Amino acid sequence: MEYFLQQLINGVTLGAIYGLIALGYTMVYGIIGMINFAHGEVYMIGAFIAVTAFTALGVAGVTFVPLALAVVLLVAVTFTAAYGWTVERVAYRPLRGAPRLAPLISAIGMSIFLQNYVQLLQGARVKPLAPVIRGGFELLHANQFSVQLSYIQCFIILATVVLIAVFTLMIARTPLGRAQRACEQDRTMAALLGVDVDRTISLTFVIGAALAAVAGVMVTMYYGVVDFFIGFQAGLKAFTAAVLGGIGSLPGAMLGGLLIGLVEAFYSAYFSIEYKDVAAFSILVLVLVFRPSGLLGRPEVEKV
Amino acid sequence: MPSAVDRLAVRGAGQLAGRLRDAAAAAFVTLVLALPLVGLRTVDQGGALVLETRWDWVAIGVAAVFVGRLALGLFAHLRLRVPRVVPRVAQGVAMPWLAWAVAGFAVALPFLPFADRYVIDLGTTLLIYVMLGWGLNVVVGLAGLLDLGYVAFYAVGAYAYALLALNFSLSFWICLPLAGLLAALFGIALGFPVLRLRGDYLAIVTLGFGEMVRIILINWQSLTNGPNGLPSIPRPSFFGLPFERAPAEGTTSFHQFFGLDFAPEHRLIFLYLLILALALLTNVFVLRLRRLPLGRAWEALREDEIACRALGINPTNVKLSAFAIGAMLGGFAGAFFATRQGFISPESFTFIESATIVAIVVLGGMGSQIGVVLAAAFLVLLPEIGREFAQFRMLVFGLAMILIMIWRPQGLLGHREPTVRLGRAAAPRP
Repeated sequence: MEYFLQQLINGVTLGAIYGLIALGYTMVYGIIGMINFAHGEVYMIGAFIAVTAFTALGVAGVTFVPLALAVVLLVAVTFTAAYGWTVERVAYRPLRGAPRLAPLISAIGMSIFLQNYVQLLQGARVKPLAPVIRGGFELLHANQFSVQLSYIQCFIILATVVLIAVFTLMIARTPLGRAQRACEQDRTMAALLGVDVDRTISLTFVIGAALAAVAGVMVTMYYGVVDFFIGFQAGLKAFTAAVLGGIGSLPGAMLGGLLIGLVEAFYSAYFSIEYKDVAAFSILVLVLVFRPSGLLGRPEVEKV
Repeated sequence: MPSAVDRLAVRGAGQLAGRLRDAAAAAFVTLVLALPLVGLRTVDQGGALVLETRWDWVAIGVAAVFVGRLALGLFAHLRLRVPRVVPRVAQGVAMPWLAWAVAGFAVALPFLPFADRYVIDLGTTLLIYVMLGWGLNVVVGLAGLLDLGYVAFYAVGAYAYALLALNFSLSFWICLPLAGLLAALFGIALGFPVLRLRGDYLAIVTLGFGEMVRIILINWQSLTNGPNGLPSIPRPSFFGLPFERAPAEGTTSFHQFFGLDFAPEHRLIFLYLLILALALLTNVFVLRLRRLPLGRAWEALREDEIACRALGINPTNVKLSAFAIGAMLGGFAGAFFATRQGFISPESFTFIESATIVAIVVLGGMGSQIGVVLAAAFLVLLPEIGREFAQFRMLVFGLAMILIMIWRPQGLLGHREPTVRLGRAAAPRP
């Protein structure tokens, strides 16, 4: 029971991170119908910027943790958003209206490019980062097993909840959110009604990248190691999460992320850690076989 | 009244200012992008990270982008005025002479004077990719199913050959069809549950499947020897004649049989010709398939699934057949890969391989057989040319993928012509 609870906490933490990345995939898919393959790399860049920012703050002698955290989040979000914007501008915008597979290949190319770009600039070795937040609550103590909820896990879960709330409000209430929903439904019609479609798409990438950057900061603090290859695995999981929840659906992305995180945590705890990725994909296949449009996705009616 | 020339000059000045602004904006974006990753570098020193700065790199990058963007803008500006007289490459024109020329060159290659070990080896690698490209072309180009995990079938073929040859000492010629068959069965087993899915769902499931196969290969130690891979896989023989300097007792080796001096190139040339034969066979096979009702059903399905259903085509079966045949061809290529390398490990079957094969198909222009050859040549030779800059190889590779897609989104030889069309009625018979 205690073990189960601990795995639940770990799984939810992991799921929150996947969910944040998955939001970027699902938003982009909803609006332009393409798999943004480079999104995982954008997340990786966010993590690297976070490492650099933490190190710089250490040099500058900032030791007050909330301040350091705020600065790092701000820096990572700003610069990563710039990367998200540029990726769209360089690799996807020229291909609007091209055959369906062209942007996908361009995105794979961008993913390979960014991976090697970071590897060349920052080195291939793993970057270790000293823990920023230590300690935690001890929730339960029984049978020589204590259930820990570390402060960092608290931070990740709380920050995710806050971000989701802000994000949902933004989509539901602000003019930008309205423009996004309009573009998602019908880009041509939205353009006719005066929505600046290109700008909306750009902002979608910026927001997606910003969320990925937050996820990158969280991972940096949670695991304490970053390398240039983390983007691929996390991107794959997050995309799986987005598909699992029903791609294009924002609550679906969060739910999918949570499920993938839980499956991973429980499978590696109770069965075997080597096959945790296999478990996540098997769940995906099972869900898609029985619910082809994902858990919360609307079934799409194909018209002639 | 200003003359026309003056007006043009004024407009030119205005445009120049615009170009400058544009270049400045690009330079600013570069500055923002370069600051955290180029300008700062974290270095691990005894377990703790320290910062290094490289502001000079940032300055160079920003300046380069400014000048480059400006030059590009001015170039585009000039080009607008000069009427383009470059004839467009004829699109969609069947180029049988080109195909024959390439095939003829490929056959003659090992006997040409400049063909040393390196060239033949490179040619063999290239042909493996051509064959994989043709195999995947069935799935992606003809049936329109996006498969991002094609490397899984390649891996299944390679491991099937390696394990059969090592454990049961079967010869290459028996293993090859078995490897293809096994890969096809894998294709069916995977395809059966997921082929009802729409395009992008299929893409992610196949991608996941590719990763799953790799993870299983790494972790199933007792069968696959895990990350260490399978060494000393038997090499193929020339119809029973091994390519060895000193053959085992009671056997004759290739050079003894033909009365030649022993040369290690013999095996290389044989491998090259073998994969060439396999690839050409694949090509003929696919071209013939396209004329069968099955091949026509693939292309029809790619264009319009609903119409196909209305015409009584069972989409699942048709897709499944494309998947199985594509997988089988990938399995053949995998078996060849195993016998050529003599050593395989899960390292050889990563997502990058799948991405490269998909890129070959899409860059070539989906459905175009000769386009696959051109794209494979480009993608395999590009990293080889940049050998001195080995560390920049993949960087350039990724960049090239983006640029080619922007330059020709439909692929190098892209055309979507149906293989069969309702032509003019046959001339009336006398």
